[in-house]
Amino acid sequence: MKELLLGKLDLNALPHEWFTIGGTVAFLALVLFSVIVITRLKRWKWLWSEWLTSVDPKKIGIMYFLVGGFMLLRGGLDAIMIWLQQALAPSIGIGESATGYLSAEHFQQIFTAHGNIMVFFVAMAFIFGLINYIVPLQIGARDLASPFLNTLGFWLYVGGVLMVNMFFMFGGEYAATGWLAVAPLSGAEFSPGVGVDYWIWSLQISGIGTTLGAINFIMTILKMRAPGMTLWKMPLFTWGSLCSMVMAVTIFPLLTATLFLMFFDRSLGTHFFTTTGGGDPMMYTNLIWMWGHPEVYVLMLPAFGVFSEVVTTFSRKPIASYTTNVLGMIGVSAFALSVWLHHFFTMGASADVNAFFGVMTMLIAIPTAVLVFTWIATMYKGRIKFDTPMMWFLGFIAIFSIGGITGVMLAVPPADFQLHNSLFLVAHFHSMVIGGVLFGIFCGLTYWFPKITGLKLNERIGRSAFWCWFIGFCMSFIPMYILGLMGATRRLDHYDASTGWQPLFVTMLIGGIIIMAGVALQLAQILASVIQKNRLRDTTGDPWGGRSLEWATASPPPFYNFTVIPQVTTRDAYWEMKQRGLPKPAYEDIHIPKNTPAGIYIAGFAFLIGFGFVWDIIWLVVASLIGVIIVFIVRGFNEESEYTLTAAEVQKLEEARIKKSQALDQDNGGYKETDEDMSLWELVKFVLAFGLDVIRNKRWRKW
Amino acid sequence: MSRHRGLSKRLFGYGSFAFRLVIVLEAMILIALVFNGKNFALLNPKGPIAGEQLNLMLFSGALLLTIAVPTLVLLYFVAWKYRETNEKATYDPHTRRGKFFVFSMWAIPSIFMLVLMLVMWPATHKLEPGKQIASNNKPITIQVVAMQWKWVFIYPEQNIATVNYVQIPTDTPVVFELSADESPMSSFWIPNLGGQLYAMTGHVNRLNLMAEKPGDYPGSSAELNGAGFAGMKFIAHTSTNEAFDLWVKKVQGSPNVLDAAEYKKLLVPSESNQAAFYSHADSDLFDNLLLKYNGSHNHKTEEAE
Repeated sequence: MKELLLGKLDLNALPHEWFTIGGTVAFLALVLFSVIVITRLKRWKWLWSEWLTSVDPKKIGIMYFLVGGFMLLRGGLDAIMIWLQQALAPSIGIGESATGYLSAEHFQQIFTAHGNIMVFFVAMAFIFGLINYIVPLQIGARDLASPFLNTLGFWLYVGGVLMVNMFFMFGGEYAATGWLAVAPLSGAEFSPGVGVDYWIWSLQISGIGTTLGAINFIMTILKMRAPGMTLWKMPLFTWGSLCSMVMAVTIFPLLTATLFLMFFDRSLGTHFFTTTGGGDPMMYTNLIWMWGHPEVYVLMLPAFGVFSEVVTTFSRKPIASYTTNVLGMIGVSAFALSVWLHHFFTMGASADVNAFFGVMTMLIAIPTAVLVFTWIATMYKGRIKFDTPMMWFLGFIAIFSIGGITGVMLAVPPADFQLHNSLFLVAHFHSMVIGGVLFGIFCGLTYWFPKITGLKLNERIGRSAFWCWFIGFCMSFIPMYILGLMGATRRLDHYDASTGWQPLFVTMLIGGIIIMAGVALQLAQILASVIQKNRLRDTTGDPWGGRSLEWATASPPPFYNFTVIPQVTTRDAYWEMKQRGLPKPAYEDIHIPKNTPAGIYIAGFAFLIGFGFVWDIIWLVVASLIGVIIVFIVRGFNEESEYTLTAAEVQKLEEARIKKSQALDQDNGGYKETDEDMSLWELVKFVLAFGLDVIRNKRWRKW
Repeated sequence: MSRHRGLSKRLFGYGSFAFRLVIVLEAMILIALVFNGKNFALLNPKGPIAGEQLNLMLFSGALLLTIAVPTLVLLYFVAWKYRETNEKATYDPHTRRGKFFVFSMWAIPSIFMLVLMLVMWPATHKLEPGKQIASNNKPITIQVVAMQWKWVFIYPEQNIATVNYVQIPTDTPVVFELSADESPMSSFWIPNLGGQLYAMTGHVNRLNLMAEKPGDYPGSSAELNGAGFAGMKFIAHTSTNEAFDLWVKKVQGSPNVLDAAEYKKLLVPSESNQAAFYSHADSDLFDNLLLKYNGSHNHKTEEAE
């Protein structure tokens, strides 16, 4: 009976390790705090109807940023724990038992979670957030092709986030297999616990969300562009996003299928990837990397787009050779689909096969180098402003070059035999994913922050944050390259002091702490910008002298994006409009999609299906499956998914907005033109003074 | 204008902060290098395979730096030259690029990559792990079984076996026949002697290595394979032919024997195992283990090619 009701679940599953208990307590405290705050402010209804059920891509984009940011802190904590373990391993314990403060199983769970969280739940979230917010604005659309699919994709992502953190919040264990859970290590024989099941279902749920989101954005970009915007007039970030989403649609079904096969192996006793019964684990390695390699480019291409936008805007020049840049991005995404085997040259394929994939990998370097050349040519004879987005770009180039060089070295199969699975490899892909993707994300977030919030970000603290990231990165990953050359393999929970690796691991830890300081500074940067909101407010909608259509509307944009859908005649559409004079606003009726909670319901049921499978609770799976079907049917019969905003209502909203922004322009809150952005020290003083004021005057009573 | 002069000052301030940190970093790396020069396994090849692999790494690295360094210098120079505050620099937002410029953007990286491909293709064939190393000495074969979490070495010709320790003669080609038993994928790696290859159940991967200098070289599993992964280490001791023969004699005198029962005991997962020596190894252990995973269908002949 108990088994029927609860499956494998029992009290032993509850958190009982110090770090899971700590995580659970911290998480519960956070939830409790949020609940209290929302209840006191009476904001539940607002939260539900304005945000959680919203189909507005701008709001979904912001929710992606918030969840992704939270996961960045979570994955960063994992990183610190990994660094700490490796820096201290030979010093905790004596002789043979010098194995650090974490057991091997814990350590392996932590680096697995770190990889999964950073790739799926941080990088993907930020990239999808940027695409959600910016792409519809750049193509002059009011809306997405399928707003419902978009909210469903987002909530499935949140379901995946919950699933990957379940072992913390609820209990059990996480996979201890590395981020791709390579067979047969991840099979039922070697990983009998629920860890790999959590892994399967967190990726499965969020992966399906990614597929749906990608389909939606391909449709949107292909069908919803403003009149006159041909494909060859699209902004480059939109191009990068299109390439990325096409790749995502190509590869994510492959992940879904692979995960199902792995699930069948583990739960139904099939033999796809087992070592016995005719299965072959090498097939798993092939399948997972056929998805896994292009996945990195799914993240990278929108980041290339961001850099192209930033370089053109801050050089005040159109991109040099637009066609070359676009062909470069298309080239990268085309080659990216045929290089996966370079992840396992060492599995024993013949020299012909290895050499072929080496050639394909080297081919990818060509369009990538071309992209860099177009950026140089764009800066040539420009007038370059060095605001923080540009700093992120310049930092990206340095780190990305190191990552690119080492990447091509790894593409030479005989060299790869030595470098594979070493820390050299780990340093290489961190150069690409931090230097390339994450710097691209930060670059884009800083660049579009005024568009999203109506506030420019504080430059001074932003600059310090950049330098902390850049220097911290060099300090933690250059020693990692060196360790690789010393023969240090990845994922070691302990090693002998006699190897001489410890000083370098300690340097890495220090670098990691500097990166954490960078993260703290980024949070401080946002806080300082809010404090100085009167000074940093942007009422023009175009703070940088932008070139593409997202700057043609207000900051933040109204929920219908544009009062008038712009007519596009040239590539830098908004730049051209500014030269010729902006069109007069003419008001028209606008169709707006209605908010819907169907996405949350379906994702909630999907989460329960996953949870049921993890713990073998069959009734829960069946009930949730029925729930999903019912919600889909009900949603399908909903004929009234849109409502109309009349021209008169639009006019009223627009006039109110203009009046408000004029009022803000006149009342600058006492800030003078000569004032500068707050420094970190000024921020600290301000926060201390504020805290003292609250305590002295007992202001909390008012709350 | 004044705002930007202030900006450059601030930049310089941060720059000096950056500079100090870089100095610290460099110093630490230097200390590591000075005290641990011998620990750079990949830069200290002790055999021809590792040597050629190192040469390939150095060649490809140098080739790529040849294109990357000028590109980076150009990029930062252009960024600096056309800064907003430089009034002497021309601002021309309408510059058009000619066909030749676009062509060379594609051509330059293509040429570099072509050179690398032309070097890489034959090198990959030459350094194929399964390829026998040419030598006057007769090669010896060592069967390697990855278990949870130990390496078992069986010398079929000498009829001895060892655990987590392998001794080989110098200047003699060694064929490591890699397989695994009741273990996830592992990767057999002796960085001083040459690159790694996977050891997998039901398969035999052949890794040819040769040592040129006597010494103790650390080996490990490079691929994560479970809880005991970090402790799955061994020593590759290379010695002269005479010393090797003496060692074989010594092991042959050891009281332990690797028969089916002892083999079964080894299969029980255990971590950080000490070296062990067996005077005799049942000759069918390795073949049986392949049969165990492949049934009647024998992959061994298929992969031997």
